[in-house]
Amino acid sequence: MSVPIRRRRLAAIAVVSAAVLVAATACGDDSPGSGDSKSDGPVTLVVDVFGDQGFGYEELYKQYQADHPNIKIQERGKGLGGGDYNTRLTQQITAGSGAGDVVALEEGTIVQFYAQADKFVNLADHGANELKGNFLPWKWEQGTTPDGKVLGLGTDVGSMALCYRSDLFKAAGLPTDREQVGALWPTWDQFIATGQRFAAADKKHKFVDSATNFYNVVLMQIAGQGTGYTYYDKSNKLVIGENPDIKAAYDMTTKMIGAGLSNNLQSFSNEWNAGFKNGTFATIACPAWMTGVIKGQAGDGAAGKWDIAKAPGNGGNWGGSFLAVPKSSKHQKEAIELAKFLTSAKGQIEAFKAVGNLPSSPQALADPTVADSTNDYFSKAPVGKIFAAGASELKPVYLGPKNNAVRTAVENSLRAIEQGKSAEEQWQAALKNGAAAGK
Amino acid sequence: MSLDLHRAAPSDRNRAARHAQPRRASFNRLDLKFSPYLYVLPFFVIFAVFSAYPIAYTVWIALTDRSPLNSTISFVGLDNFVELFTNDPQFWNAVVNTFGMFVLSTVPQLMLALLLANALNRRLRAQTFFRMAIAMPIITSTAVVALIFSMIYAKDFGLVNWLLDGIGLDPIDWRANRYASWFAISTMVDWRWVGYNALIYLAAMQSISKDMYEAAALDGATRRRQFWSITIPQLRPTIIFTLIISTIGGLQLFTEPLLFTSGAGGLSGGSEGQFQTITMYLLDVMNQRFRWGYAGAVALVLFVLIALMSLVNYLLARRISSDK
Repeated sequence: MSVPIRRRRLAAIAVVSAAVLVAATACGDDSPGSGDSKSDGPVTLVVDVFGDQGFGYEELYKQYQADHPNIKIQERGKGLGGGDYNTRLTQQITAGSGAGDVVALEEGTIVQFYAQADKFVNLADHGANELKGNFLPWKWEQGTTPDGKVLGLGTDVGSMALCYRSDLFKAAGLPTDREQVGALWPTWDQFIATGQRFAAADKKHKFVDSATNFYNVVLMQIAGQGTGYTYYDKSNKLVIGENPDIKAAYDMTTKMIGAGLSNNLQSFSNEWNAGFKNGTFATIACPAWMTGVIKGQAGDGAAGKWDIAKAPGNGGNWGGSFLAVPKSSKHQKEAIELAKFLTSAKGQIEAFKAVGNLPSSPQALADPTVADSTNDYFSKAPVGKIFAAGASELKPVYLGPKNNAVRTAVENSLRAIEQGKSAEEQWQAALKNGAAAGK
Repeated sequence: MSLDLHRAAPSDRNRAARHAQPRRASFNRLDLKFSPYLYVLPFFVIFAVFSAYPIAYTVWIALTDRSPLNSTISFVGLDNFVELFTNDPQFWNAVVNTFGMFVLSTVPQLMLALLLANALNRRLRAQTFFRMAIAMPIITSTAVVALIFSMIYAKDFGLVNWLLDGIGLDPIDWRANRYASWFAISTMVDWRWVGYNALIYLAAMQSISKDMYEAAALDGATRRRQFWSITIPQLRPTIIFTLIISTIGGLQLFTEPLLFTSGAGGLSGGSEGQFQTITMYLLDVMNQRFRWGYAGAVALVLFVLIALMSLVNYLLARRISSDK
């Protein structure tokens, strides 16, 4: 009981402070000339992001503050997991207080905020539609609600590749050149066959980090080629049992587990992080943002051991974010300008250089800084070419409002298979628990 | 004249005093009547704002389908409770887990605490040191305890599995097996709370009159007999207190099982909900599934369960040696 009470206490405090804020802003707006004094005086903008690596905006903040001496930028949330971040943000948006002036929305959760679009500034009212050409069409579509409100501007996309340890490949007698490695696995079946070759030669390391990572990447790819949605269809009806793409991705994953290839590490756990450091697995499915995770977790000791090859199958997208401005912001005008700046082609290029997040802007993707870039950490792999190749042709995958809750239920069933439970029973559990989670 | 004056003055004063008396008396009466209420008012104001109102609000929200995903709130009556009782196996799984871990942690915890307190109640060298030492775990943060224990119970590089390996046993996947996970989490709880309970028992034991022990010793009662026939019955109120506190804490078990896994999906409490407690399920419903109304219903049922369990424990504990 203490937990909900504490939550409600917070909510109560939030409500009271929200009321005070509303009263304060109402007064401020009434007094003549307050608008002028606001833009002249120093303005502090709070930017909320998430993830161990953050969004790589540090240089951009410095630059923006230098160009706008009256603006101070404060960033929160670096190091915070996506789930915790989203929980907090949901409460802040619902309470109408406490959220930053600019907030990041992840691909998997933005649909949840469609229902609360009236709590966000409609960026279309502030000239966002002119920027449409600065984003990949499907990314733009994801940031726009069904009734045409522009909720968020795209930051990055999670175009897919496959990251592998070339030193372990060499020891196992597999090719190490990234072109040849990519040629080993035109399909996921052939990827699993390669894994079996690896496992026969190397008993000490596993081929894949975890079933859940593998599954998410395969699912997003198959769904991108197939129905265009995952657990929810486009009318937000739960279709976990009916969508053939889910079953296909699930079966591919259980086949991979059955072949004994998984290292059984829960993604984003301490054990998973330790797995990078100790080098216990040879490959990991790699959306563009994963390169930053690998570099951060494996550390300098593993520099040059990792390389990047083309992923099996035909491209796909997992992850990527948006920047939005909640209506609770007291400096909406300034916040909108900052969000536009951070999501501009230039801003996206800077973020790419800092943490490897692949731009969602076609101009940024075509820019030589991105297109011709190589990543020293990954044996000088031409990351720009590898990741950007598929990004522009992708079709968006629609993720429903409780996507993350349903996904967690399915991921749990995959973990149970990794722990030795029967795949058939766990598929039934995934259907049942997924339906309960999406209710 | 002067006499007159002297005489007049006190009589004036007396008259004035006589006039003032009813006023002061009525003030005194008011003072006596209302000051106590004023003194306790701050507590009740704070209680009303931070406890009574949230509880009332929880009751209200449990009767609605409130969710940040719904633009309107509609009243659904007892639907949430009906679903909870008839169609929610995950909730009942969490109830079983919570009670399982509660029994598995509380019984050894209170037993150990009693034995420890009994040992510390004797004359020992450096007894202040030992008495301080058993209380130390309470001041460590639960999060730190949980993190360290989850490393001790790690599957691949954990201390316990290393020891098991050393004596030739198979390593255990502590998070995959239901009872193994219960055991691991119970050890975390016990490590933290045994000392606290021992300290409470020790304080109560020291207030037991020495005469009783001397008389018992004269009659030839052994140490063991003295413990069961004097110490335990004398400690009855204290045992009831610790039982109720442990019940409240045990049924709200949260941080230890949550931090037993790290990474995505921590609130699920294991791949099949092996160690998901009621409070974890509550937050799962509230923050992952965004069903705030339903979460309110879960919170109320948890409240009733705690009240019931405390009552049961109280009735059981009242029987301790009361017939002896």
